[in-house]
Amino acid sequence: MRDIHTDNYCSSPRTPNARLRRRSNEIPLEISKSNGNHLLINDKYKYRSMWIRAYSSLWMLASVSLIIYMGHLYIWAMVVIIQIFMASELFNLLRRANQDKRLPKIKLLNWHFFFTAMLYVYGRILSQHLVNTVISDKFFFRLVSILIKYQMAICYFLYIAGFVWFILSLKKRYYKYQFGQYAWTHMILIVVFTQSAFTVANIFEGIFWFIFPASLIAMNDVAAYFFGFFFGKTPLIKLSPKKTWEGFIGASVATMIAAFTFANFLGRFQWLTCPRKDLSTGWLQCDPDPIFQPESIPLPALISHWLSWKEIAVLPVQWHALCMGLFASIIAPFGGFFASGFKRAFKIKDFGDSIPGHGGFTDRMDCQMVMAVFVYIYHQSFVAAQDYSVEMFLNQIMRNLHSEEQLVLYKKLGQILQERHFIQS
Amino acid sequence: MQKDTSTTAPSTTSGRIRHRKRSNEVIPEVSKANGTQLLVNDKSKYKSMLIRAYSSIWMIGGFILVIYMGHLYITAMVVVIQIFMAKELFNLLRKSHEDRQLPGFRLLNWHFFFTAMLFVYGRILSPRLVNTVTSDMVLYRLVSSLIKYHTVICYSLYISGFMWFILTLKKKMYKYQFGQYAWTHMILIVVFGQSSFTVASIFEGIFWFLLPATLIVINDIAAYFFGFFFGRTPLIKLSPKKTWEGFIGASVTTIISAFVLADIMGHSKWLTCPRKDLSTGWLHCDPGPLFKPESYSLPGWISHWFPWKEISVLPVQWHALCLGLFASIIAPFGGFFASGFKRAFKIKDFGDSIPGHGGITDRMDCQMVMAVFAYIYHQSFVVPQSLSVEMILDQILINLTFDEQEALYWRLGEILQQGIQRKS
Repeated sequence: MRDIHTDNYCSSPRTPNARLRRRSNEIPLEISKSNGNHLLINDKYKYRSMWIRAYSSLWMLASVSLIIYMGHLYIWAMVVIIQIFMASELFNLLRRANQDKRLPKIKLLNWHFFFTAMLYVYGRILSQHLVNTVISDKFFFRLVSILIKYQMAICYFLYIAGFVWFILSLKKRYYKYQFGQYAWTHMILIVVFTQSAFTVANIFEGIFWFIFPASLIAMNDVAAYFFGFFFGKTPLIKLSPKKTWEGFIGASVATMIAAFTFANFLGRFQWLTCPRKDLSTGWLQCDPDPIFQPESIPLPALISHWLSWKEIAVLPVQWHALCMGLFASIIAPFGGFFASGFKRAFKIKDFGDSIPGHGGFTDRMDCQMVMAVFVYIYHQSFVAAQDYSVEMFLNQIMRNLHSEEQLVLYKKLGQILQERHFIQS
Repeated sequence: MQKDTSTTAPSTTSGRIRHRKRSNEVIPEVSKANGTQLLVNDKSKYKSMLIRAYSSIWMIGGFILVIYMGHLYITAMVVVIQIFMAKELFNLLRKSHEDRQLPGFRLLNWHFFFTAMLFVYGRILSPRLVNTVTSDMVLYRLVSSLIKYHTVICYSLYISGFMWFILTLKKKMYKYQFGQYAWTHMILIVVFGQSSFTVASIFEGIFWFLLPATLIVINDIAAYFFGFFFGRTPLIKLSPKKTWEGFIGASVTTIISAFVLADIMGHSKWLTCPRKDLSTGWLHCDPGPLFKPESYSLPGWISHWFPWKEISVLPVQWHALCLGLFASIIAPFGGFFASGFKRAFKIKDFGDSIPGHGGITDRMDCQMVMAVFAYIYHQSFVVPQSLSVEMILDQILINLTFDEQEALYWRLGEILQQGIQRKS
């Protein structure tokens, strides 16, 4: 009986979840006081599962580090691959084998929509980068410009083709199942592609904006695990019975401190902070953004009495890092709760089993997805917005517009300013 | 018994299934006498046609009035239609039994609806809003800061809805709640996707909203009458009352009327000028090369028969042909989708707001597909690629202060002067 408790954490041959969950809800009061005992009850299984988890975590960490070293384009490729696996897991999730046999082309239709979404999303984000890459070659430049001009129309036609195909493939007694699958496909693609679109946009703004939030989430997870391991007593939310308030609060504090210091460390690398304006893979040189240039802040008198430092050098990005740390510890876990609730609603244990000890890709990415979207929106609104100045717009105009377009812009701006003067005077 | 498979009478679900099977079985023998089938029960057939015609006339009348009043009022009409559609669809798959145990859930739906509306219309209308208040300094600053943080505001609203949803998950209702959550998202995407494109088209010029909508209506009516008189071979199992004759006849009619209507509408400045701000007065603009007539000389044999030597064609009429082609061939699939959906979930109509036609979603199903196509077509093939100019200009107006804008203007002037001098 007791063995079944310990299998709550990681992957193991599927046991009846309903029984497990009810039992874990009934028992916590007596076990919670001796949470330390509960976890050490079955030494053998607990440490073995922690070993498996640690082992695969190390592998994931190592491969992510390698890819970051290799550059933006490879990170993008990694994101795309992770996405394909996630979509595969999710497509398979609510499929029913017997009904699928009569509807052979559903899988193909799903991947058609997947391909269309990929073309649309990455076309929008990377169009400017693609243009900058081929800007020297006249033929490719023209080809790429045409493709970008009609990108929206191409994706729309692909989508409509899929839509028409879906309607023509509706079979008499399977209407409800097919519509359900159609809606499910759309929801998956929206969830998967929104967050990956924002992730890729973050990457090309500077690897910092990808690696920093991702590591915050990982740190938050690990810190919550260990705080819960040692101090966990009061359960946090019914959806995830193994999460505790002590783990949550301890992890929040740890994450905020780690955010402040880690941002200082990461902000010193040009490889991580420079934006990539095209699709090349070589080394990056750039003028570091003012946000990454250290400012000296004099410490208040009492601290400088205790320690020997009179002032500390703080990168302005560290203040932004505090906000990100706050979000990562308080709101991002809701992504995990959502995934837990979803798994309970549909009575599944894990989204997949690609990663030993962790479940599927979606299990790892659930909090990351929420964080990636937040970081992109935060960056666009609070970080990049500070750059808006006359200089920046002049650069944009010179760089992105042809001379005729520049003249058009000049005349239009002149008209607007004239009208304004006329009305005001 | 085999009389009306058409609308009106609030029939029961079982009656409907019986109708469908019978209509599928009976069609081979009746199809030859489709005229007699439709005339079988004169009384109720003509009565239902009358009800349908009556509400159609009211809809068309109201529609024309709103078009006369202007862009802002059309947008308001679109918003109102949207609210009704969302309401119909939200109510559709709700189960009252579960709902009683989840009191705050309906509010959550409307929270997401409000967030979506703020996001979508904020994005589309923000450049126009900026242009409206560009003379007043206080309002300008207020509006600019709202627009700068528009995305953040909408995101925060969405995330709070997301957290609210998770905190209200109740133990035995997980599946129902997740299903409702997904359903809400799908509805909002469908409704707001197409309405955002509709509103964007309106501000590009009422022509780009009115012509596609009219084409869909003409296609529907033409298909009805062609099917009424000539319909024999059924078109698709999803909608048993649609026939190939109706489909083809309607296609030809739609394409011809697209060509003609574009000519008529293209001469009205009210319909063709884009609206750059949120005012409601009269519009003056330079129509653009698309709406200026070009003369084509007719080949010899036609000018023998008819007294015209040449015809003037607006270039927009060629675009209208493409719109007509789409409206007649692809847009009906929106209707098939809605029919299939209703069958899958065993509902007769989405609602019953409009007598004779069902709910608002029943009327809008093809319009939605068309509105998206019209906007994408317009952006890709009609608008010259000066999008980047517009985008940068909008950003300049939103993000810089008045003084900075003037400084930018003068410096840009200097740079351009130097460029010109260098070339010459």
